[in-house]
Amino acid sequence: MAQFRLPANSRIGKGKVFEAPAGATNVKQFKIYRWNPDDGKNPSVDTYNIDMDNCGPMVLDALIKIKNEIDPTLTFRRSCREGICGSCAMNIDGTNTLACTKAIDEVKGAVGVYPLPHMDVVKDLVPDLTNFYAQYASVEPWLKNDNATTQDAERLQSKEERAKLDGLYECILCACCSTSCPSYWWNGDKYLGPAALLQAYRFLADSRDESTGERLDALEDPFKLYRCHTIMNCSRTCPKGLNPAQAIGEIKKMLVQRAG
Amino acid sequence: MSMQSPLSRAKGLGSAKEGLHHWIVQRFTGIALVPLSLWFMWAMVCLAGAEHAEVVAWMKSPANAVSLCLFVGVALYHSALGVQVVLEDYISHEGFRMVKMIGQKFVHYFLAALGIFCVLQVAFGA
Repeated sequence: MAQFRLPANSRIGKGKVFEAPAGATNVKQFKIYRWNPDDGKNPSVDTYNIDMDNCGPMVLDALIKIKNEIDPTLTFRRSCREGICGSCAMNIDGTNTLACTKAIDEVKGAVGVYPLPHMDVVKDLVPDLTNFYAQYASVEPWLKNDNATTQDAERLQSKEERAKLDGLYECILCACCSTSCPSYWWNGDKYLGPAALLQAYRFLADSRDESTGERLDALEDPFKLYRCHTIMNCSRTCPKGLNPAQAIGEIKKMLVQRAG
Repeated sequence: MSMQSPLSRAKGLGSAKEGLHHWIVQRFTGIALVPLSLWFMWAMVCLAGAEHAEVVAWMKSPANAVSLCLFVGVALYHSALGVQVVLEDYISHEGFRMVKMIGQKFVHYFLAALGIFCVLQVAFGA
């Protein structure tokens, strides 16, 4: 059954409070989810008061400042700090987004920072994305050609055909969309989720691919594809401004076209 | 404990190669219900306050009787498809879901048959 309360060991308690340095006038409060797999305790929300006169503009700047100067135990993923690697995806102020491209001054009041929703947590802000990546691999995200002449030669594509991949190839697999989707929350083990389906469509829409039929066969399933009820959380939350819901709609349209 | 690989788990049992038909029929019945529901509401407003004999006479008209049968059948079929989606979404225990799925279909088909039978009984009654 769907669970409407968090399991007993996931309920969030009160955490520590870190005060701002004396004399700080421009203080912003961060409330950050903390969970350590090693101490056997329930998760908590720690409060960090940050002097914004000595902090960069983005949420990731504040997290790095906290880790460097206030609390080195805070754990999170980050890499490129410019919205292209997808590592620092987390739930900020109630919305899944990238900490590196989310400006602190966009958030009124305290900035709540949680891991991506409904995923197992490895530690603090680090979710377990094993299944998410496996689902991506399961859509076979590479060009497939049976034709020997195209296998070892340039695979030509017109400008118009290439344009069909715009809005699809930009996905950075940050998992913001899939973890914002209620269908993915309830059936994430079987439903592929918006990110994997957007990538599935990226290869369905690619004129150079020769296995469109087999790809559609693999997707036509009540759970893998049809758990999408066009809720649109995916498109609303995508930090790259992509539209996974539309891509899923296009897959459904292709299946209808095929059936005639 | 399972030592199955994540990819094997993600692939699961593969595609059921179905879902399209359910999706199309859900939309088809949804579209059909737009005129049928509007017609039904309009008819109920027109029949408000009518005598028993007038309503019976109205139901004996072939167009009305057929439309009523279609309305009952299509609405309950659409409802059965919708409830199936809700059960698939929210009940993850497969055995429990199967029992509910069979149960809800029996209830919907029984109600559809009952509704259509009642309309026909009035339409063909003396």
